[in-house]
Amino acid sequence: MSNEIKALTMPKWGLAMTEGAVTSWLVEDGADLREGDEILEIETTKITNVYESPASGVLRRRTVEAGQTVPVGALLGVVADRSVPETEIDAFIARFQEEFAVEAAEAADAAGPEPQFADAGGRRLRYLVMGEGRGGEGAAPLVLIHGFGGDLNNWQFNQPALAEDRAVYALDLPGHGESTKHGVQGGVAELAEAVGDFLNATGIQRAHLAGHSMGGAVALHLASDEPARVVSVTLVCSAGLGEEINADYIEGFIAADRRKEFKPVLEMLFADPSLVSRDMIEELLKYKRLDGVGQALRAIADAAFAGGRQAKVFANDLDRIKVPVQAIWGADDRIVPAAHATAIPEPHRHVLGGAGHMVHMEKAGEVNRLISDFLTVR
Amino acid sequence: MSKKSYRQAINEALAQEMRRDPTVIVMGEDNAGGMGAPGDDDAWGGVLGVTKGLMPEFGRDRVLDTPITESAFIGAAVGAAATGLRPVAELMFVDFLGVCFDQIFNQAAKFRYMFGGKAVTPVVIRTMYGAGFRAASQHSQCLYPIFTHIPGLKVVVPSSAYEAKGLLIQSIRDNDPVIFLEHKVLYDEIEEVPDEPYTIPFGEANLTREGDHVTIVALGRMVGFANRAADALQKEGITCTVVDPRTTSPLDEDTIIESVENTGRLVVVDEASPRCGMAADISALVAQNAFKALKAPIRMVTPPHTPVPFAPQLEDAYIPTPEKIADAVRHVMA
Amino acid sequence: MQLNREELLQSYRTMCTIREFEERVHSEFSEGGIPGFVHLYAGEEASAVGVCSHLDDRDNIASTHRGHGHCIAKGCDVNGMMAEIFGRGDGLCGGKGGSMHIADLSKGMMGANGIVGGGPPLICGAALTAKTLKTGGVAVAFVGDGASNQGTTLESYNLAKVWNLPAIFVVEDNGYAESTASVWAVAGDQSKRAAAFGMPSYELDGNDFFAIHQAAGEAVERARGGGGPSLIHVKLTRYFGHFEGDAMTYRQAGEIEVARRERDPLRFFRQRVTEAGVLEAHQLDEIESEVKRLIDQSVVLSKAAPPPTPERLLTDVYVSY
Repeated sequence: MSNEIKALTMPKWGLAMTEGAVTSWLVEDGADLREGDEILEIETTKITNVYESPASGVLRRRTVEAGQTVPVGALLGVVADRSVPETEIDAFIARFQEEFAVEAAEAADAAGPEPQFADAGGRRLRYLVMGEGRGGEGAAPLVLIHGFGGDLNNWQFNQPALAEDRAVYALDLPGHGESTKHGVQGGVAELAEAVGDFLNATGIQRAHLAGHSMGGAVALHLASDEPARVVSVTLVCSAGLGEEINADYIEGFIAADRRKEFKPVLEMLFADPSLVSRDMIEELLKYKRLDGVGQALRAIADAAFAGGRQAKVFANDLDRIKVPVQAIWGADDRIVPAAHATAIPEPHRHVLGGAGHMVHMEKAGEVNRLISDFLTVR
Repeated sequence: MSKKSYRQAINEALAQEMRRDPTVIVMGEDNAGGMGAPGDDDAWGGVLGVTKGLMPEFGRDRVLDTPITESAFIGAAVGAAATGLRPVAELMFVDFLGVCFDQIFNQAAKFRYMFGGKAVTPVVIRTMYGAGFRAASQHSQCLYPIFTHIPGLKVVVPSSAYEAKGLLIQSIRDNDPVIFLEHKVLYDEIEEVPDEPYTIPFGEANLTREGDHVTIVALGRMVGFANRAADALQKEGITCTVVDPRTTSPLDEDTIIESVENTGRLVVVDEASPRCGMAADISALVAQNAFKALKAPIRMVTPPHTPVPFAPQLEDAYIPTPEKIADAVRHVMA
Repeated sequence: MQLNREELLQSYRTMCTIREFEERVHSEFSEGGIPGFVHLYAGEEASAVGVCSHLDDRDNIASTHRGHGHCIAKGCDVNGMMAEIFGRGDGLCGGKGGSMHIADLSKGMMGANGIVGGGPPLICGAALTAKTLKTGGVAVAFVGDGASNQGTTLESYNLAKVWNLPAIFVVEDNGYAESTASVWAVAGDQSKRAAAFGMPSYELDGNDFFAIHQAAGEAVERARGGGGPSLIHVKLTRYFGHFEGDAMTYRQAGEIEVARRERDPLRFFRQRVTEAGVLEAHQLDEIESEVKRLIDQSVVLSKAAPPPTPERLLTDVYVSY
């Protein structure tokens, strides 16, 4: 029993999110909640996702209606024990709303952590850091490595949650996001070298790595080359565990320069294609229009995935990589088959239903828990 | 990525292209400003400061102030383009077209065709257009339909800072003569614009809103107005697709036609005069190609067929507004 | 600026080529084989050749509606030109330009021009390119007395001077802007106009190849050396009408015959070089026969050539669209 009252607030998913619309409540007033329960659906201009309860207790009050759009940080509801009197709940809400109004006015410009740039071996790499700790003292930091055509925003549903335990770095690989586009030769080795240089540039001695898709192959490569620097590797729908990869996706991603052509390509990423929003497409088109992106993606695709075959497969070398590895997959992955997960032995293999290649977005809560648990014991 | 104004986005596009390609030069009246005068160098950077800072970085050889001599310097830009430079010439106000049009439509536009495909004339003419500045009849027009009428010219009408930077870089790299029209009221509008150079291809419309009931096609400053109208109408249960063609030549006909085939209703918004304008042109396009899809007559939202007036009350009445656009949408929904 | 034998022979050959070309276009036009309208340069050869013999591949010229002579003098292919005038698919511009728009940018010929006064701003641009890229090139605008009154021409004088461009303006004053006499239509005089813009200028007899060659040489040297623009005013006689079919009722009876007899630039050239003993008459005769064969051949080829294929209607509007 506790007298604590906990606020449910509009999360900030990704750098650009300023507000979200509550599309529906999945639980009723008075519901018993466990931490991690899905309680409502939130739609941003970029994506729709479920909001999971950050606390256990009773949903004492819902302060927004379905259909309402509210700013990041706004009160969505209140969780507390049944023993907490209504008057205290009312007082809590009143106080929160008053303070939030003041903070919102002040914070209108200073909205959360800003991305920074590191000079990694002559490459300018963008990264975003959340949470605290640099390894050595306390928890080793976690470095998140996106996949082909992605960027640090791919971890928007993961980075804030994972940053509660440690410093979490998400970076843009060369040729991606806002990192250097020029001089990319392609090849997983080059990208792994860039991540190694990034660790040097940011003063990270040892780190957990989590890589999505091609980023997983990059993590494996680094773990294989410099095992002393890698505490653990989490592979999310990863490349590097088998030959097969969806060439239609890779080529379609490179070729599409119109929304209409791009949409079906991006829909391959999700179990639920309706998650591909117009803003998501627009953001990616904006990325693809940047000077050098076309050449960089072409070079990477040619070096790493020529002819729909992955050039570098670590599956048979995994025992030589002296670093704990886990794999998380979406059962409906249409880019890299979930069967590739079998390269990783139980219990560190997790294939989640109802999710595709972007399992860390579609099943963010579950993925976050799996990563968090895996890292905590290391 | 950072927030930039339309003006800054254009300036950055020019600077980045000048750094990338030594054949890119800019010229125009007061483009640096202060040439030959006793005061500051780079005194103006164009009459509204769009080119400010270029001269200190690139020097007087690549940022050329001109006398007030539009025929000569627009023609010189065309001649320089035909012989190996990539000039970006600034025609201060598009209204000044009247004193240099020959060099644009008889020379630049026709070289390639007349000379059997052997000429390449990569000139960009940047020019300010549009009403809203209390600048009266000779400094407020939207003459892009006139350029659009001329085969051989490409015509670009950017609607925001992001659009302006990518479309200007595309214009500079393009190998055909490009007229790049900047709405003077948009110069201080701010949005996120990538710091890196990027290009937006010509002839590809942007859908700034997607809805089921009505297609609104709008250009330049009118895109923002159409978005506001669409957002207001959404509260009434009417959802609109807003199409920003970005370029009037080439025109993304397919996107417009496809959208009307989906919605069945068309409102075209154009700040240019109504006769022989883009609104009429796009209406004809849809009438010819998607007539059977139309559930209501096409509506055009344009100014009246008058010069742009001076008095603020008159000018405000002249310019299309989000309210007028919303009314037109309600009308086609009725 | 002494010309050697080779240069003299070449200059005569070019002038003869222009003359023969124009005479043939005249007769072919009257026989109805040439569409549209043509403006002939016969009688004005010394100007084009006197100026262009100083120019090379770095240099650009812009011409006028009366442009055949400038094209030939700047090195355009004569067969291609003739085919173009006949509207053939293998014409220099694929049959899409015709007489008034013959151009070959690879030869520095920026086009004949259907707009009177169209050329001067363009050559300011070509001169700016040369100056910016430091090619050492110069740019020349040929304009008529009619174009000398256009704002574009006067604005270009100003811009060329203000920007100190390697530009040369050659005013070919044949006495008539269409049917209107230049003595009536031109206020003041051409040299004083140049002086008002701070440009050196030359007043020349347009029939005297050597005078034009001398003056143009100075102007080109000045321009290449960074000394800015010059103006050359040449007075000459056009042997045909403004356009083919012009009855020329505004001209004095016998005007052309007298000019052909007494002041013809080719005859003048021949007389000077043979009297000075630099060239033999038979060398010049040989050139004339060779040129005649060349032009004959160009007409035969042009007449036999097919018109442009219909799909060419839609090509070459843009580099890409």
